[in-house]
Formats: sequence, C-alpha cells, structure tokens
Amino acid sequence: MPVHAIVGTQTVPIDITLNGESRSLDVSPATTLLDLLRHDLALTGTKKGCDHGQCGACTVLIDGHRINSCLQLAVMQDGKEITTIEGLARDGALHPLQSAFIERDAFQCGYCTPGQICSGVALIEEGHAKSREEIREHMSGNICRCGAYPNIVDAIEDVLVQRGQFMKEAAE
Amino acid sequence: MNRFSYHRASTVEDAIRALSAEPAARIIAGGTNLVDLMKYDVETPSTLVDVTRIEALKGIGETRGGGLRIGALVPNTTVAYDERVTERFPLLASAILAGATPQLRNAATTGGNLNQRTRCYYFNDKLTPCNKREPGSGCSAIGGLNRIHAILGASEHCIATHPSDMCVGLAALAAEIHIAGPAGERVIPFADYHRLPGDAPERDNTLQPGEMVVAVVLPEQAQAYAGHYSYLKLRDRLSYAFALVSVAAALEMEGGSIASARLALGGVAHKPWRRAEAEAALVGRPADEASFAVAADLLLEDALGHEHNAFKIDLARRAVIRALSQAAAGTPQSQTDKRIA
Repeated sequence: MPVHAIVGTQTVPIDITLNGESRSLDVSPATTLLDLLRHDLALTGTKKGCDHGQCGACTVLIDGHRINSCLQLAVMQDGKEITTIEGLARDGALHPLQSAFIERDAFQCGYCTPGQICSGVALIEEGHAKSREEIREHMSGNICRCGAYPNIVDAIEDVLVQRGQFMKEAAE
Repeated sequence: MNRFSYHRASTVEDAIRALSAEPAARIIAGGTNLVDLMKYDVETPSTLVDVTRIEALKGIGETRGGGLRIGALVPNTTVAYDERVTERFPLLASAILAGATPQLRNAATTGGNLNQRTRCYYFNDKLTPCNKREPGSGCSAIGGLNRIHAILGASEHCIATHPSDMCVGLAALAAEIHIAGPAGERVIPFADYHRLPGDAPERDNTLQPGEMVVAVVLPEQAQAYAGHYSYLKLRDRLSYAFALVSVAAALEMEGGSIASARLALGGVAHKPWRRAEAEAALVGRPADEASFAVAADLLLEDALGHEHNAFKIDLARRAVIRALSQAAAGTPQSQTDKRIA
C-alpha cells in the first residue's frame, strides 16, 4: 500500500476493517487502539486490565494475530483488519471457543474472558499447542485472577479436539 | 502520555531525516516497550517516527555469505517459527520463545528487541533517582531492591540488566547488526552493539544520533551449532517473567570432545555476557562436567553480588554447567515443558 507522509500532532485519518466493517476514523496520535475501541467506538467487550501489556485482558486480533491493544497506537493501525470479541460470532452463532467457554464454565468474574477467548482463538489457528502443557504455555499472556485456568484449558482443548488438532489426554 | 508529533516514514532515509531533526524523536514499530514507557512518562518523545511501512526493513532472506538476514521489522514470532531459523539457528528460536508471551512476540520486532530498555524497577519509576533515566540523579538499586540486577560488568552508577532473551541467543551466535544513519550504513558486531554502563548508563548501546537498526545478520558459521545447543532460562515463575539468569550454550562436537563453543549469559549484566577465555577453555576438552565447571568459573570471574542478588552467582554457575550438558547431549531445554532435564 502507498505510504502517505503524515507529520504532526493533529488527528490523523485512518481506514480500518473492524469486525468485518470498513471504518474511516480520525484519531489522535496518543490514542491507543484499546481506548479507541472502548471510548470512541463503544466496543467495551475488550477490557482494560493493567494497561501495560501484562494481563492480556485487552487482547484483540490484528490481521489475525493476537496483540495487546493497550500497547498499540490507533494511528498505526491504518489498513489493518481488527477483530474484537464482538466480531467472533458468525451469523448469530457463537465461535466454537465461545461455546466451549460456556460449556466448560471457563470463567468466574468474566473480566479476563474476552481477552482469553481472542487469545485462544489465535492459539487454535497458530497450531503450535499439542498438549495441555503447551496450551498453558501459549496462554501465559492472559492472566485470570479468579483462577479459572483448568477450565480455560479444557475449553481450548475441546475445540482443538473437535478440529482434530489434538488427541484427548487422560484427566490430570 | 505527553503530546507528541507523529511521522509515518516511507523510507529508511525519510526515517533518518526525521530522527536526526529532533534529539527527542523516537522510532516506533511494535510499541511493546516504548508505549509502555510513555505511559509511565519515562519516555517523552517529541516525535514518534513510525517505521512500520518501510519495505526495506521487512522479511527474512539469505545473504551472499550463506547466512540469514532478518529485517528489523520482522516480528519475534515470525523469527521463532521460520524454518530457516529453526533448522540452522535453533538456539535463536529457542531464546525468543523463552521470552514474553505470544501477544507480545507477535508485536515486538527484531530491531525493537535489541533496543528495549531495562526492567529495573527504579528506571521504570519516575519518582525515584536513576542515572539511566536521569543522568546524575543517583542509582536507587545500589542499596535498594536489587534481586533482578547485575552481577557482572556493573558500575557505581548503574547495576541494571539488559532484559532480552533474543539478544542472548544473538550474542552466542555472533550476529551482526546492520545500521543506517546520516553518515551511511555500517555493521556492528553483536558484542559491540550493547555497552556496559560505566559512567554513561543512559546509553544502552553504541547507536549514534540519527542511526537506526535495519537488519540483523546471522553468519553462516553459526550454523555449526545447530546440533548442540540449549537456551536455559531461570526465573521466578515458569512463564512470562524476565530471567534471573539465562544461558545460551552452543557447542560444535567432534566425537566426545568440543571443537568450538559459544556461551552467553542473560539477566546478569547491562548486555549479554560473553568471555572469550571461557569459550576457549572448552576447545579440545571432553564434554563433561569438569570441563563445563572450568568454563563456568571463567565466565563468572569477577562476578559481584549485591544484597538481594548474590544468589545469582552460584545459580549462574550451575545453569551454565546444566545448559552445556544439555547442549552436549543434543537435548536442548524445552520452552514449553519447563522441567529441567
């Protein structure tokens, strides 16, 4: 894509695809993607936990990759395709991992859940996790203060098994 | 966050011009460290120069000399799973996967990893003196909480450590850093890229004003270590924590004896710690614990502990021996199964 010279402290126009919809926005250079989503676009499913990239509650998918939206500047997202928790369902049907989280009761307070699910969706697409231990390692960027980890691993494992990416392990 | 100006650079030359125009201009790419520091007001750039659109900084490719050139913008994840890296330079892939989280590795770039700042508590806390953040203000870590701090190469002005895992792997592989600046391009051997704090701890590396990293080159010769390596990282929890001590060990074996060796420590100094004497002492020796202990002692000669981190000296010694044993056996440390074999 052509690079347009942009210089200054004023708002900058960006075009993004957000949950499948094209959006043209004007953003201030100091606005993070997380604040753009929550404050300017009222997509409050993405959560602000630590705001420093340590907890994973703000995880979204950018061009399919899971990223901490609190550490991304909105102005740098021009041309990107962004998917938040609000964009995972298709035609009214939950994403299989959303269903698995409900089925497995993989949350308590729910605050970390949108980040956990976005992260888990990416984990499944990445295809690196082949055991429960590897699921845990690849989910280490998402903290759950309620400690729902065993059920989160169960939910992700269920979807990996459904997809034939994973053989069910004996109960731990 | 302070108010700053945003400059989306189209070429390396454009970025260098923007960077040279203001002393407080900063390059931004992955943002994982810089945006964090801006939220703490530790970094207050006048302009952010966005280099993420510069094609010349992207991609991994072969060099004419048989090595691998990794563009400064290549994300850590891409490097760690690239087959050319995992087959020819697996130590680097392992070191990268030992650090951070999938989300951070997706955003963090090769150039940015080199240039990340220390995680010293005091550097990150604007309310405390820190010579790295504010030269001349003093070092709060000396006499303060210094569990994560340096045991080698520190000075009376600063005992911060370089936090990277990737860089420990790059140090052991003797990578080259390719730089562009107002005076043209130059190449810095990895060992000379980062610096010790001395009396100028505000300078992490040897980049000059207006210069930027354009690529990291892994030399052909470092492929000799693909069969016998290990990256062993010890930390306060098993995942997503900075190293208390990490070891990049790489051996070239001839039968049961060592033809050549590379050894670098992370989490113990202002830069990845290598010492030629320690590596030379392994050459021609049998790959056994006695040889490894000699190398560990040489590598840690002059190590000096502070109130809370003296344990790192013995921890590092034992980690070196363990990592060399893993390398010699061809059984590198797994970065998902953290039990230490």
